This record gives sequence, structure tokens and C-alpha cells, in this order.
Amino acid sequence: MSGTVVEQAYEAVIGIECHVELKTVTKMFCGCRNEFGGDPDTQVCPVCLALPGALPVPNRVAVEHVVRAGLALGAVIPPFSKFDRKNYFYPDMPKNYQISQYDMPLVSGGVVRFRRDDGSEGSCRLTRIHLEEDTGKSTHMGSGDGRIAGSTHSLVDFNRAGVPLMEVVSEPELRSAEDAVAFLEYLRLTFLYLGISDVKMEEGSLRCDANVSIRPVGSTEFGAKTEIKNMNSFRSVGRAIESEIERQRNVIAAGGRVPQETRGWDEANGVTHSMRSKEQAHDYRYFPDPDLVPLTLAATWVDELRHGIGLVPIVAYERLEHACALAPAQLRQLLGDPALARFLLATVELHPDDGAFAQAAANWLLGDVLRILNERGTSIGAQSTLTPRTLAECAELAMGGAITSKTAKELLERVMSEGGSPKEIVQREGLAQLSDPAAVAQIVAQVISANAKSVADFQAGKENAIKALVGQVMKVSKGKANPQLAESLLRERLKQT
Amino acid sequence: MSSGSGIDVRYVARLARLDLSEEEAVLYQRQLDRLLEHVESLQRLDVSQVAPTAQVVPLTNVLREDVPVPSLDRAAALAGAPAREGPFIRVPRIIEEQE
Amino acid sequence: MSAPHEWSATRIAAAVNAGEISAVEVLRAQQAQIERMEPEVGAFLSLTAGLAQEQARRVDEAVAAGRRLPLAGVPLAVKDNMCLQGTVTTAGSKILAGWVAPYTATAVARLLEAGCLPVGKANLDEFAMGSSCENSALGVTRNPWDLRRVPGGSSGGSVAAVAAREAALATASDTGGSIREPAAFCGVVGMKPTYGRISRYGLIAFASSLDQIGPIARTVEDAASMYDVMAGHDPMDATSLPRPVEPTARALRDDLRGLRVGLVREFDTKGLGVEIDAVYRRAYEQLAALGAEVVEVALPHAEYGLATYYLIAPAEASSNLARFDGVRYGLRVDGGSVQEMYGKTRAAGFGPEVKRRILIGTYALSSGYYDAYYVRAQKARTLMASDFERAFAACDLIACPAASSAAFEFGAKGDDPVAMYLMDYYTIPMSLAGLPALSVPCGFAGDGLPQGRELPLGLQLVAPLYEEARLFGAAHAYEQATRFGLDRVPPVLEGVR
Ligand SMILES: [Mg+2]
Ligand SMILES: [Zn+2]
Repeated sequence: MSGTVVEQAYEAVIGIECHVELKTVTKMFCGCRNEFGGDPDTQVCPVCLALPGALPVPNRVAVEHVVRAGLALGAVIPPFSKFDRKNYFYPDMPKNYQISQYDMPLVSGGVVRFRRDDGSEGSCRLTRIHLEEDTGKSTHMGSGDGRIAGSTHSLVDFNRAGVPLMEVVSEPELRSAEDAVAFLEYLRLTFLYLGISDVKMEEGSLRCDANVSIRPVGSTEFGAKTEIKNMNSFRSVGRAIESEIERQRNVIAAGGRVPQETRGWDEANGVTHSMRSKEQAHDYRYFPDPDLVPLTLAATWVDELRHGIGLVPIVAYERLEHACALAPAQLRQLLGDPALARFLLATVELHPDDGAFAQAAANWLLGDVLRILNERGTSIGAQSTLTPRTLAECAELAMGGAITSKTAKELLERVMSEGGSPKEIVQREGLAQLSDPAAVAQIVAQVISANAKSVADFQAGKENAIKALVGQVMKVSKGKANPQLAESLLRERLKQT
Repeated sequence: MSSGSGIDVRYVARLARLDLSEEEAVLYQRQLDRLLEHVESLQRLDVSQVAPTAQVVPLTNVLREDVPVPSLDRAAALAGAPAREGPFIRVPRIIEEQE
Repeated sequence: MSAPHEWSATRIAAAVNAGEISAVEVLRAQQAQIERMEPEVGAFLSLTAGLAQEQARRVDEAVAAGRRLPLAGVPLAVKDNMCLQGTVTTAGSKILAGWVAPYTATAVARLLEAGCLPVGKANLDEFAMGSSCENSALGVTRNPWDLRRVPGGSSGGSVAAVAAREAALATASDTGGSIREPAAFCGVVGMKPTYGRISRYGLIAFASSLDQIGPIARTVEDAASMYDVMAGHDPMDATSLPRPVEPTARALRDDLRGLRVGLVREFDTKGLGVEIDAVYRRAYEQLAALGAEVVEVALPHAEYGLATYYLIAPAEASSNLARFDGVRYGLRVDGGSVQEMYGKTRAAGFGPEVKRRILIGTYALSSGYYDAYYVRAQKARTLMASDFERAFAACDLIACPAASSAAFEFGAKGDDPVAMYLMDYYTIPMSLAGLPALSVPCGFAGDGLPQGRELPLGLQLVAPLYEEARLFGAAHAYEQATRFGLDRVPPVLEGVR
């Protein structure tokens, strides 16, 4: 098939543009609340409704969030930035211009480093991150399916109008749908770790478009790109890009030309379709917003923000990977919950370079701790009784053989309910494992004399009977006897008899 | 600055979402050509070494703290709306098109 | 004893604060005067009797409770491009006819707080675009000095109201001369502060980087008191100056000793005709007689003022007026689609001058022309500002005409927009540089009228940025020494048509 020839000859060139709603208390330019899902047209004021005479004043936290995003992604924060007006008419955009940033964004450059499913590394540079405002929401009526095509009229809710929006634009450096999804996942995690957005695609707080083109391998030119819209999950992003690459390959294989256009992703049919066929240059008439004054990002301000960045996901990944031998799937699970990843890292850092301890801590956290949290319907971030220190103590006690694993689990349940230091509890309540051979031997003797039937069974060759005898030793010792020691003493004694 | 045929009134009116009658298009073409002729005088200025002034008053970093203030209630917010449907503002169908 | 509508604001406030007259009584006299004058003058687009009544009662209560309000019981006309909650606010445009503002502009709110009684909304050129008030889509305002003539613009209703004793004070706004030129035409004091001094919040925007609210009054002292109330930082306007305001009413002086007054070489008045030339020559001599040292200064780029202004102001206006689209408020002309509705609504709602400016502004920002027009104009603006900086190194104040002629007859400027724009030749450079400037009556010109029916002329005084106190101080000395604005009243007050 000719497709294989084309596949060898062409590579995909992918760039991503994301819009991320910032998590702030209020909107970008007014004091209305920035909350998802309010009653229609109740979170509005003269400013965000663009009533005559109203003026915008930017939200400091929104500006800082964008700078944080840039810093976390290793970007340059230019000393000077400003807001511009992007002029175009749309009914859910009250001013009929969007306050955005044109030639002097808050953030220039940066790079998203990511890990693929198999754990291999990838990266993609960013062009810029800028700050703008969201539009209201239109609901299209009369078309049956809520689509704009075929609608008779639209209803507008302005609650979302003026919500702070961060636009992230990548360089066209991604080469596969898989990488594009991994890029997006790490971008999403970064904003989640920074706490600057809910990044929920289903609520629209993260929205992305992909620019896709293909070119002969080895070429440094770019082919005509298509912009793909309407993808509402990372899975659709991956599918849409794959389908679009395939479509472009087929067009070129058939001797055709890929026109520059905007295409929509059709989730149900798994294909992209042309949305705007006659591509015409927009004339947005950008100019500096005369209602606003420039931003100067002084080094002291930027440094202050830099110090508050904290852990970012790719670093968490690398440190966890270094500390313990976890499967990529486990690492992904940990990374997906910033509180969990932070908890584990804080725990393993109590004994740096102790691989066995780190592994044990990870097993505890991903095993019993998560199970108990699930049972109780809570999360690591929401509970306060278990700390990295107390989890570490549990792991240490169990690893060193100081307590039995049974005791350890009970102890964990207790600590997760009441708090407290496991080591102190063990000491105070005498829960330490009984590992003194003389003491255990005494119990063993007692058990042998009291369980003649099991002894006989064992001596008759029933190997299983030893388990019953060990169980009796544990019972008599109230669970504290070292079970391995008990078994070997039992075997020794029964051989002698 | 081009001093050629000047302003394409029809194109500009479309960008500005302003329907013009034939007579208006002719009138504004003439008047705006005259005005553009006047502003051509700026062409004589050497501004190669001059920075643009967007705002005369040198303020920077005017920012608002992220503290909520009460919104308008819906009745007040939508009181002036020409067409409503339930809690929404109603507009005619939107044609998807190029700007 | 004269009636309260003839008193100065200062005298009214003193009498009301002293309990010599109630605000309700002042209002009654004022409303009777409005009833007499309105059929002749037409200063108002709407009267706000209920609101004024309510406010008068509130003021009387406050005074009875021992409070002293700086403008207690002073009748105020509010230019109809300023929002006043519960009043129809139109900006003189059909597109906003009947629109009731749900909030109050900061400057207006401060005046109410200070005890003003809002008697009505004053006429203006549509969206403050014009120099004659003839561009109002909603009413005709006549010059009280000669009813066949225009009051000037855009603040035509404000100045006519104050000149015809329909209010002691009026708010006005100035973008390229809209306070100073009409103040000169109607023989009242009109002052434009430093850009940013008075909040623009609630002022329906024309050109954001130029618009400034200022006071209209019959005396410099009244204008200063009104300015003192309106001036000062407002967190709702990001371009509002955060610096403290020196109370200007206390800076009024009786001579000009120690002040250097600059006469602009490029502003020779010979071209204005023998009569007007003589008035200004005498005005300059009077400045010297009051002790000022008169020096010559140069504004070499002043001749580019109009061209610069007629790119920057329409560019900003084209974007500011995009919000008038028939969606959320104001006029809607239905169409088969949103796009059709936009085009029809804006075609029906805007008048010819507004359309012209939207078109030229859209053009100046459009792709391919932005650098040649808009950016170049902003650079010319820089040159203009540095002209003034140099000039103010050699003088403390600049004196020049406030307009290119006395008030002209309706229709005199025909359909050549540039002829009308030339009215603002002397006021635009200061607007571009953001400087405080005022017009104070400086004499009369016959302009062919019969003896005793001359028209007032205005002397423009200009101060460096932030030097409003100096400006009012000098204007007061000139006013008190020459009394041009104090002794003669417009013929309409004496029943002369
Ligand atoms: Mg954007
Ligand atoms: Zn709001």
C-alpha cells in the first residue's frame, strides 16, 4: 500500500494553544465572583457587562498566577508588559473587544518537560503565556443539538464574561499525538500543582486547540497547518490529532494539497471536518488598551513569586523515580494528586538515599493509606492526623521487625484516626514484636503441650498443621510474637520429640 | 503612510459593523478622504527616534486586590436588555463566519 | 435681594450651611428658572426633579443635623454622558435613548455627597463628538448670548445651563476642547484637569486616553470648589492619579506677581480678525498689569495637533463604541442574524459625526495602516508633550485663546468636518499632553451683532501637569481684575431673544 511509503516520508508538526481559566476569587477586571455554574446573569456588574462608562481594573492575583506559571516552566518574565484590545464583534463578548496581550505578553518562552507512558522523556518549548479575559456563554437554540449550525437564536449568560484566562502557546515542536497529550498532561499538572487553575476540561477551565501539519522528514519548512477545535478531553485531543495526521497524509498521498483552515473534531465519528473553508486574515485591530496602564515586573516581585512556586510535577516525577522503584503507572497515579506526591516526597526525604525505606513508604501510601482514605471517603490533603513523619515511623517499625505487619496495620488505622506518634504508642502500650527466642520458646512449649492433635497431625506429615500452631502462638502472645521465629522454634521442637 | 486611493469605506464599515447606505458611502468617502489629506501632514514629521505615547500620565502596575464586591442583581443587570428569554439575553441566530 | 438661582455656588452653600435658606427653597427657585429658560435655551435632555427633590431633603436633614457640606444645596447640571443611577443617560445618542443607568459615575457621586442637587441631564454632541452641540441626536441647545448661535460643544448643554442660570454648576467632559471651547462661547468658566485627576468611572467613553471630566461654573472660585470635590484617586479607574490633591479653592490669589506667563509664538491671533485679536492682546496686557512676567514660548509641533488628535481620538472611539451593539442595552434593530442586527442597529443608532469617527478610527487601526497612522500619531503626541515640557521650563503658565472664534450660527460649518475640527485648534495640544487648562471670560466680540449684543470670548490658561492650584489661582486674579465674566449677563436672562 502506498500509505506505508508516505508514512516513512512524512512527519507531523504539532503545536498546542490552550486557554486556562485562572482560579481567583474575582474576575479579571471587576469584583464579581469567579465561580463556575452560578445562576445565569447573576455574577455581573457594569464592568463585565460593558455598561456605558464602566472601566476595567486588573486583578493582581491573576497577573501573579500567570507569572507563577511562567516561572514554573522556566520562562523569562519580561520587565515590561501591557494589555491590548483585540477588536471583533461577538454577542457573548460584551465590549466587542477582548482585553488581551498582543506584543508584550507577561511570559516569554519556557518549556514543558514531560514523561510519556513508557517513562521516556520529552519536551516542548513555549512561545508565550499571556493574560486575557473570558467571554460569556452562548446557548444555541432551535437546532435540536445545541449546535450553532441551524440554530434560530441564541441565549447569552454573561457570568463567565471577564473571568481571567491565561493563553498558553507552544512552539510547533511536538511530533506525535502521544507527545501532544503528554505535553498537555504535564501542563495541566503544573497548573494544578501551582493551584492557579482547576484545569477541568469538562467544566471548560482548560480548553485547547491543536495546530497540525505534516512535512517530509528532514525538512525544516512548515507545511500548511490546520487548527483543530472542539476537543473536550485529552483522549479526544489524541484521537483528533491522529485522525488529522492520517487525513493530511492521505490528501498528500493522493497528490492533493492541504489548505490552511480551521477544522472541528467530531467525537462521535472520529474525524475532523472543515469549519471555516475560506480562510481570510482576521483584522483584530490590536492596540494598547487606553483604560489600562503598563505592568512593570520588578525583579523583587518576580523573586517573591518564584520563592512561592514549590514542587512542580516533572521534578516530583524525577525525585520519586530516583527515590523508589515504582512502575510508570504508579508514578502517574501519585503525580495526579499533588498532595499525595508531596506527602510521599516529604516522607522519603526523612531518610534520603534509603531505597528500601522509600519503597516501603510508597507501598504503605499507595496501599493501606489510600485504602483507608477511600473507606473513609477522604483524601490525603483533607486529612491531618497522618503526617509524613508518622507514616515514616510506621514504615520503620514494620521494616525493622519491631512490630508485626498486623500490628502495623492496626497502628496505621489508629494514627489516621487519632494522630500521635506510632513509636511512642508502641513503646507506651508494649506492642513491640516479641523476638526474644527464650520468651517465644516458652510460649511454643506451652502451645505444643496444649495442642496435642495439631502436633500429632504435623508429625503424621500434615504440613498445614504448622500454620495452626503458629496461629496459636500468635494468639497466646496477643499478636506480638515474631511469626517466623515462632515457626522455626516449633519445627525445631517437634523434630526433637 | 500611503497617500494613494486611501480609505476603503466599505471594508472599514464592515469591520465596524456599520451598515452604510449608498449616499452615506459616497459622502463619507469624500469627507474621510479630505480628513486623511489633512492628517497626511504627520508624514512630514521625523519620528524615527521618538517613542509612542499611549498614556501621558506615567502610571504602572495599577492593580486591584482579589476581593469580591457585590454584583448587580439580575433585574438591574438585564433591565435595559432589548430582548430576554428567562434569565438570558436573547440574540438572533449567530452566523459562523470570518471576521 | 437676588434670587438664589442667580447666586454663586459658594454663596448658596454658605447660605444653606448657615440655615439662612433651605436646599428645598433653593431648588424651588432653580426649577422656576429652568422652566423660564428651557423653552429658549434647551440646555437639558431630561430633568431629574424627583431626584433633586429627594437630594434637597437629604441635604437639609444633614445641615439640620449639624453637618457642613462643601456644596450644600447647589443646583447641578450633569452632562448626559455621565451615569447617574436611575436617570436616563443617553450621551446624546439615539442608540442610548431611554437607557436608565443602574450606577453613578464617581465624579457625580462625589458631587452628590458634597450636597449638590442634580436638576437635569445636560445636552451634548453625540458621544461628546463635536464643537457646537449640533451633533446631539436628541435636542437643540441655543447659546444664551444669542439664540441663533450654537453654545459650543461638546459640553453645550452644561455651559448653556450655567450661563442661563439654570444651574450654578455643571459637570462637563473634555477630550480635545469640549469644556474650554463651549465655556468660552457661553461666557462661563470651564476647566479641564490633568489627565487622571478626576475619575472617568461612569463617564461614557469617547477617547479613553484623552477624556477628562471638569467643572463648569460662573466664577473661578465656584469652579475650584467643584473641582476640589470631584478630584482625587478612584480605585475604579486604573488611570486615576494616586497622588494627593492640593485644595485649589484656598490657592486663589489677587495678582500674578512672581508668575511667568508664556505666550505661544505659533498661536498668533492676527488670523482671528481685528476684533478678536484686540481682545486677546488686551488680555495679555492685563496679565502683565497684574504683575506677571510675560515671555514668549514655542510649541513647534502644535500645528500637528489636529492631525494627531483626529487619528488617536477616533481610533480609541471606534473601539469604545463597539459595545453599542443592540445586545445588552439601548437600541436594537432586528435582523435575520446577529450580524445583520449589529449593522442595522449601529446604522440607525449613530449619527453622521459618530459614524465618520468610527470609520476613520477603524481605518487607522486596521491591518496595514496601524503603524502609518495610529503609531505615528502616538509618536507625534510624544513630540507635543515634550514641546510643553520645554515651554514650561521658561514659564509657569501659558495663555492663549480658548477657541478660534466666538460662537457661530447654527449650520455655519456646513458639512466639512475639518472646518469644525479647526475650532479646537487651540485646545487639542493640551489635551494630547494631558495638561490642566481652563477658559475664563476675557472680553466680547461684536461679530456683526448690534451694540450691546456682543459674544463672549475665553482666555485659555494652561499649567504644567498637576498644577491645578496654580491655574485656578491665576485665573481668579485675572477674573477679579477684569470682571468680564461677572458683570454682564446673557441677554436671554433679560428677555431679549
Ligand atoms: Mg486568546
Ligand atoms: Zn463584573
